Amino acid sequence: MSIITKLALAAGLVTALSSGALAQDLTGKVIGFSQIGSESGWRAAETSVTKLQAEERGIDLKFADAQQKQENQIKAIRGFIAQGVDAILIAPVVATGWDDVLTEAKEAEIPVILLDRGIDAPEDLYLTSVASDQVLEGRVAGEWLVNEVAGEECNVVELQGTVGSSPAINRKQGFEEGIASAANITITQSQTGDFTRSKGKEVMEAFLKSSNGGADICAVYAHNDDMAVGAIQAIKDAGLKPGEDILVVSIDAVPDIFTAIAAGEANATVELTPNMAGPAFDALAAYWANGTEPEKFIITESKLYTAADDPAGEYERRKGLGY
Amino acid sequence: MMRRILTRLANPQLLALVGVLLVNWLLFPNFFRITWQDGRLFGSLIDVLNRGAPVAILAIGMVGVIATKGVDLSVGAVMAMAGAVAATMVVAGYPAPVAVAAALAVGLVCGLWNGFLVAVLDIQPIVATLVLMVAGRGIAQLITEGFIVTFTDPLLIFIGTGSFLGLPMAAVIALVLMILVTLLVRRTAIGLFIEAVGVNRAAASLAGIRSRMLLFLVYGLSGLCAAVAGLIVAGDIRGADANNAGLWLELDAILAVVIGGTSLLGGRFSVPLAVVGALIIQAMNTGILVSGFPPEFNLIVKAALIFLVLIIQSPLASRIVPVRTSAREARS
Repeated sequence: MSIITKLALAAGLVTALSSGALAQDLTGKVIGFSQIGSESGWRAAETSVTKLQAEERGIDLKFADAQQKQENQIKAIRGFIAQGVDAILIAPVVATGWDDVLTEAKEAEIPVILLDRGIDAPEDLYLTSVASDQVLEGRVAGEWLVNEVAGEECNVVELQGTVGSSPAINRKQGFEEGIASAANITITQSQTGDFTRSKGKEVMEAFLKSSNGGADICAVYAHNDDMAVGAIQAIKDAGLKPGEDILVVSIDAVPDIFTAIAAGEANATVELTPNMAGPAFDALAAYWANGTEPEKFIITESKLYTAADDPAGEYERRKGLGY
Repeated sequence: MMRRILTRLANPQLLALVGVLLVNWLLFPNFFRITWQDGRLFGSLIDVLNRGAPVAILAIGMVGVIATKGVDLSVGAVMAMAGAVAATMVVAGYPAPVAVAAALAVGLVCGLWNGFLVAVLDIQPIVATLVLMVAGRGIAQLITEGFIVTFTDPLLIFIGTGSFLGLPMAAVIALVLMILVTLLVRRTAIGLFIEAVGVNRAAASLAGIRSRMLLFLVYGLSGLCAAVAGLIVAGDIRGADANNAGLWLELDAILAVVIGGTSLLGGRFSVPLAVVGALIIQAMNTGILVSGFPPEFNLIVKAALIFLVLIIQSPLASRIVPVRTSAREARS
């Protein structure tokens, strides 16, 4: 697909995402963006959405890809400071080691906004941070299931993310909070699928065998959509109907899960929005207009998508974003 | 004759496999239950065969390389490349057989490249294949442009998830490859030549063995096997995931070969026992999944079991309990 079509498709999503709050004009502002890299489809989507959001506001965005290395990010930030940019966005690759370079930015009076991840540094070194609430994502998924089964007995199997990673820990905790009020829902099995399709499929196969061929499973909760896509194939191979015999709920809202939702094979997904830059630009606009200090932690919305939310259209809007 | 077969079966690898399967059965009583589902066998044991097949196929290629005192770290990346090539080609409209042939060709070329670095440029195998391990995944990501390329082509899906006589296609492919390669190395002198090169390449060359050709052969075979495994994992999820396909599987393949009794210092080797090694690893993985342990224990349980298997086949253990540990005697 050519870049032009990608951008054209993506523009549709951006319009959808930014509807409600009118994007302020920041024409002429130069903003540096130090991105981690492109290790996942979501990251690629975040990069393209950031570029589109900047374009929409007339911002001259200087983009630096750090290829997963903090030293590259620090180099890029020093470069931005030397160029005298108006603001800097950072998606930090690790949590520590930022104090020196952020102090330099502060001395140069350049506001810094953290995207997507937090850091261990004094709060006065950055203007604000924009991130999703991973616990909330899990809770939204859990609450959806509570409503969906409406009091009936339900055994859930859980496909966890990579052991020890923060999304895995938080999304597990959030889901448990979400179903805490419903005594009819119990998590019977929980294993890691490493956030990948093939491991998700393999783990689901094992769950199906150890749950009476799947007859004892009412729903599967996956910490990301890719594992859910794998699990859906495993459920089909076992001769069951995903989405009907076994409910499927997951997190991220990548394009492929919308294909599954449209086909009735998945039931719900909770969006981890790739639009972290939009709220950051809005905070900057307010800060520059009248000196409004934004909140220290801006939390993005964790929106639930089901078959009622035009899954086929969502797929079309997202497929060009680089997921 | 019967006795000969029995003694052959009483080797530590097969005992370990039976042991792991029995432990799985104790943890999960339905482990051996196999039913017929939609024209194929369905059960945990079948999962072990199906999920173990990619590593088994990698091990079939890897065992020859290790027998020449080499190692091929690039197989995981080659898997990703083969899957990426096949998936992008069918999505671009090429016929599936052409895409499969191209993927296999990519694997073969990668293997021959490794062979060139090792045989002609005399680079140490671990370094030579590390080049492709790093670069290969990058190339795969370039081919897929960072997306998971999904496809609906029936042939590719059949390679990954189809069945033949009720058995998973992946397991059938692994079995056929195992038999072919075993015949190739044991019904000709090639196996002996490989061992000679592994023990002492200079001496083997002086004795008239064309060691350079032989190294090209073993690395080429390893690349080809990796491409087959790559097609299987891509077909399995109906998509080429360049970031994750085959990630760290080279280490599982090396482990399978080592559990199979082949020394990393080269020399004696056994293709079937390497496959048994792969099945031991997968039996452990599947066992952990059906047992219901919390995932935090996965790696510890796996490490402890592998440690146990390696102790069973250590020279010390074989002195205490005189079971056959040598792959040399196990070959026919």
